[in-house]
Amino acid sequence: MAVCTGCSLLCEDIEVALKTGAIEKAKNLCRKGQGHFQALFSDRTVPSVEGGETSLDQAIEKAANILMNAKDPLLYGWSNSSLEAQKVGIELAKKLEAKIDDTSSFCQGQLLERVLKGELPSCTLDDVRNFADVSVFWGADPSNSHPRHLSRFSYYPRGSKRQKGYEEERNCVVIDVRKSSTAKLCSDYFRIPPGGDAEFAEAIIAILDGKMPRFGDKKRMIGLASIFKKADFGAIFPGLGLVYSLVQKMEIFENLVARLNDVSNYKVVPMVGHYNMRGFNELMLDETGYINQISFKNGVHHGSENSVTMAAKSSDACLVVGSDPLSALPFVIARSLAKSQLVVIDPRRSLTTDAAKVVIPSAMSGLESGGKAVRMDGVRISFEPIFESNLLSDEEILTRIMEAI
Amino acid sequence: MVSAMEIYQLLPQAACKECGYVSCMALAVALLSREKKLEDCPSLFDPKYADKLNKLKELLAPLEQASETGLIIHDEKCFGCANCVVACPVNVANDPTGSAIGLGPKSDKVILVIENGVVRCLNPNECRRFGPNRILCNACTATCPSKAIEFV
Repeated sequence: MAVCTGCSLLCEDIEVALKTGAIEKAKNLCRKGQGHFQALFSDRTVPSVEGGETSLDQAIEKAANILMNAKDPLLYGWSNSSLEAQKVGIELAKKLEAKIDDTSSFCQGQLLERVLKGELPSCTLDDVRNFADVSVFWGADPSNSHPRHLSRFSYYPRGSKRQKGYEEERNCVVIDVRKSSTAKLCSDYFRIPPGGDAEFAEAIIAILDGKMPRFGDKKRMIGLASIFKKADFGAIFPGLGLVYSLVQKMEIFENLVARLNDVSNYKVVPMVGHYNMRGFNELMLDETGYINQISFKNGVHHGSENSVTMAAKSSDACLVVGSDPLSALPFVIARSLAKSQLVVIDPRRSLTTDAAKVVIPSAMSGLESGGKAVRMDGVRISFEPIFESNLLSDEEILTRIMEAI
Repeated sequence: MVSAMEIYQLLPQAACKECGYVSCMALAVALLSREKKLEDCPSLFDPKYADKLNKLKELLAPLEQASETGLIIHDEKCFGCANCVVACPVNVANDPTGSAIGLGPKSDKVILVIENGVVRCLNPNECRRFGPNRILCNACTATCPSKAIEFV
């Protein structure tokens, strides 16, 4: 059995048969996981310095030089690395007195911080499978982002207290701006206008308080509130749609969850995308008291000025580990990053590796290197490599950079 | 998917009964359920129906990929989400410690499995739709987010 590191569900029941240089047969892998495994055989990176192929030792030495001589280095990425590599990364940031940030600062960070600090109640996905009778996907489309979410945990499986499964004992509610693939399957779909999440949440709170809602179809909204009230155990899965819509008004969502917990039992499990984003956030919280956006210059400082979106403009060197910010971030930020001295540790070629001064190839974690990772619900999962490889893992590369510094 | 009415409209509609059925509509239903073949309608091979015959061949071509239970899998649409694997009542009954609780199938008697990122039909004879006393169960098709599986 192998573990798929294609998304934060970390499916542990994967069976893979290998032949030389390819996968002969893979069982239980979803389309996304299949793509992740197949990626092993295409577009791999080679050690390079300023576009020219070089040896691994020279690339690591050059990377150490760039980071050592930088006045304001930024270490970014981390969500696709094992916990062991992330630990070394945090130590490296301390040693360099650098800024460190991960993808959560423009992803699920706001919600995850509240969950990790205990401000929002949470549970494991196994609890959802065994006990939940209402699953709410808010601004999330797991059919596309986490294909096995509904079948492994949230809707279709039989749980210890939910033996009749989706036919009789589970309700799936989708709140989204479009009729997504998940919305087509759910028992109740509520379409909201873009940015209408706050009003929707306030309307539900109003109904729970015995008032008439001022949003949407009143009859359907009251019906939804009644489903929420009757539930024994509800699980809310907020996606990026909700996070980006509420932005600074996240207390409205907190109020809704608190109000729902007055009438029943509701838990929140943020739909984390990358396989070990939560792991990095947990490590940072233990280390610094904050989940991301930290500067180790003269102590520990937290603030949005240390986020990748702001620090990209001020940093003179950037170490990117297992991420492709040049593709993912807005053009102005990507341009600033591309102009800085970029050092990239990545198993595969991307726009960021193409623009980098130094590229260090690494083993793909979960496939060529082992380690531990934290699933989206906080469960720690260990994995072993399934392919033999001579490549160094992220952890080994970062340790060597640290030694060189 | 093809409907019996679409097939009927391309048949000669002469009610010659040479196929053994009383009407062309009955033959259309039999063609759809793959109990009869186009060759069973001799009138259709008259040169004046050549166009209709070609259209019928085109229309019925996808049915050749269907399993004995009439299941057609469109690989290109499948997400590999395994909703069908977990929702299938036969999979649940035959594999209570595997697909019933959301994990990969552990039994050899399951009907649907995920292989190489897409769904595969392994034991169609276990399906509720198999044989003459079939039940028109649609747990797998109803839980598919991309309409990658369907029954004819």
